[in-house]
Amino acid sequence: MNQSTITRCVAALLLGGAVLATGAQAVAPAEILAGYSAQAGAPPSPARGQQLFNTRHGGEWSCASCHGAAPTQAGKHASTGKAIGALAPAFNAERFTDLARTDKWFRRNCNDVMGRECTYAEKADVLSWLLALKP
Amino acid sequence: MHPFPRLTMRRALPGLLALLALAGAALADGGDRAARLPLLPKYQQECAACHIAYPPGMLPAASWQRTMSNLQRHYGTDASLDPATAQELTTWLAANAGTYKRVSGQPPEDRISRSAWFIRKHDEVAAATWKLPAVKSAANCSACHTQSDQGDFNERNIRIPR
Repeated sequence: MNQSTITRCVAALLLGGAVLATGAQAVAPAEILAGYSAQAGAPPSPARGQQLFNTRHGGEWSCASCHGAAPTQAGKHASTGKAIGALAPAFNAERFTDLARTDKWFRRNCNDVMGRECTYAEKADVLSWLLALKP
Repeated sequence: MHPFPRLTMRRALPGLLALLALAGAALADGGDRAARLPLLPKYQQECAACHIAYPPGMLPAASWQRTMSNLQRHYGTDASLDPATAQELTTWLAANAGTYKRVSGQPPEDRISRSAWFIRKHDEVAAATWKLPAVKSAANCSACHTQSDQGDFNERNIRIPR
């Protein structure tokens, strides 16, 4: 093995390590939606998603309390005031490209707003509405 | 004989002054340097989504451990993490805890903003300022400490909104 081969091997190993370290593979928001819809066993409804997003479910907050009624713009955390980037994927390319991250935030935020986790159908509804928001 | 001949004193004076200035700067900066610990990327990613990445040095280890073991009820929100991430962050927080200024006791509710040193340092802030929409909460460091997301709480970088 000559020097440059070794260098190349090391570079490949490092790159592989970096990919592993960052973990999640990027996916398209539509793939995440397809997954939720399949689990729900029914097609999603953007109108129902909008309704869920903008309604308080017996608690203090709705999803819109932090994300804004129009999640095409930046929102603001209802308790800390920290800026929250736009949620609709057409306005923020990072959104819904990592399934673990998407699941984590649905789990936390549904619990904050509804006092329970959302069902697959509810998640599909909300995501289908967000995906329908276009510039 | 005079213990400090005039000539020697004159020579030593600039050096002494420089030393004093250095010592002063070190004291003034003492807390800041602790606050400016390089942050674990995962800490930044997981915790700074909702609030600034509070410097680990600002709470004692016991407070961080309690906070991290109760993420599902985190000051009114669910901030739960997967167990592996929670463990990694807890270890890092505990290892870097309690280094800021006079962080000794565990503050009520494990809130940085209820620490004795925090209250003392903010006693000049008017009650009305805390209630401004741009401030809202003592947890919102960056409302006034403009570089706090970088761990910089230097007085030079304070801008109190009106």
